Amino acid sequence: MDWILANTGRIAELTLDHAALSLPAVLAAFLLSVPLAVLANRLRPLREPIVSGTGLLYAVPSLPLFIVLPIILGTGIRDPLNAVAALTLFGMALMVRSAAEALDAVSAEVRLAAAAQGYSSWGRFWTVDLPLAGPAMLAGLRVVSVSTISLATVSAVLGVPSLGSLFTDGFQRGIMESVLAGVVMTVVMALILDLLLVLSGRLLMPWARRRA
Amino acid sequence: MNHLLEAWELLIQADTWTGPTGMGARAWEHLLYTVLAVGVSALIALPAGLAVGHFGRGRNLAVLSTGAVRALPTLGVLTLVGLVVGVGLMAPMVALIILAVPSILAGTYSGAESVDPRVVDAARAQGMSRWQILFAVQIPLGLPLIIGGIRLAVLQVVGTAMLAAYVGAGGLGAPLFLGLRTYDYPLLLAASLVVIALAVLLDIAFGTVQRTARRLMRGPA
Repeated sequence: MDWILANTGRIAELTLDHAALSLPAVLAAFLLSVPLAVLANRLRPLREPIVSGTGLLYAVPSLPLFIVLPIILGTGIRDPLNAVAALTLFGMALMVRSAAEALDAVSAEVRLAAAAQGYSSWGRFWTVDLPLAGPAMLAGLRVVSVSTISLATVSAVLGVPSLGSLFTDGFQRGIMESVLAGVVMTVVMALILDLLLVLSGRLLMPWARRRA
Repeated sequence: MNHLLEAWELLIQADTWTGPTGMGARAWEHLLYTVLAVGVSALIALPAGLAVGHFGRGRNLAVLSTGAVRALPTLGVLTLVGLVVGVGLMAPMVALIILAVPSILAGTYSGAESVDPRVVDAARAQGMSRWQILFAVQIPLGLPLIIGGIRLAVLQVVGTAMLAAYVGAGGLGAPLFLGLRTYDYPLLLAASLVVIALAVLLDIAFGTVQRTARRLMRGPA
């Protein structure tokens, strides 16, 4: 406990580093996945390659991806940008499938009704498809956010500062409190983001609760 | 890109693969760790998942614990257990089992639950006992989802088993961390490529098993 009290500054700093790695990755994964999912649903022949292709990314182990990616991107192996890119790809591996399935689950009758009302396909996407698919997409995004925050700690073994640094430092110097603090902070951060996502879902999509 | 070529050259040399600390031995160790961790996890999660799916109780607890464990960083668990039990295979095994159990558990209970309740009722009406319903109806019909859970667990474990070397065990993480410490990028990349290949191969193998199970279970009906 003494160690934690004596190192609150460092823990706070690493928490911010961790947020700077994982939050942009979650956001980027979401923003990149939705258009891909739309494309996958519009052009049926592309669906399998897009959904399975991004899903295959999940088969690529995290640590090797953290190492192979900088070679492809030309960034340094200890560059935080590289960690953000790797985490984004992992998020997309889950999010593209989730978004594609959510959009696919919007009933055909509703879509036809909207088309009959004179909606353009662009207008229908924003005012019919997206609101109806939103709750299912949010469920996917919650999984992505939790796993991204947890996965971001792995980059610490490569020397990228994050809450994972508390694990590596703690292990090397034999400080149990450091590792414990890291585990607790990671879980707390995941819970807070999850809570924020649920709350924003309630605010932005009040219809989801009525249906459930 | 140069590093990538050098890594490839390293991988096509016979010397890289032979010897007690060669890539071949490390890949074999890695596979053994994966099988051991997933095997122990299956021993825990399969009975538990079947019980949840069969009796329909404890589902909320199973869902909740699965979600909570997902938030738990594996590297943290690994180093924490490592500090308690010391370096070796014990810490990575505990961490990998904690990682794998939720996936197998989720696959198993959703597999057992996915069976149409009318089919279960029909089996009961035919005079099948609880065990017969479980082993002759729910497990076979839920098999594709159960295998899917194991497939996901294998994928997660094969990638994360790299970290075993961080606390002094072997596996493909050993050449990876050696390369990382000595700035030997070709070695680092070579080890990464081997583990990626291993993961993709295992995924393809399990995908085939899963499809076969799905086809068999759809059966002559």
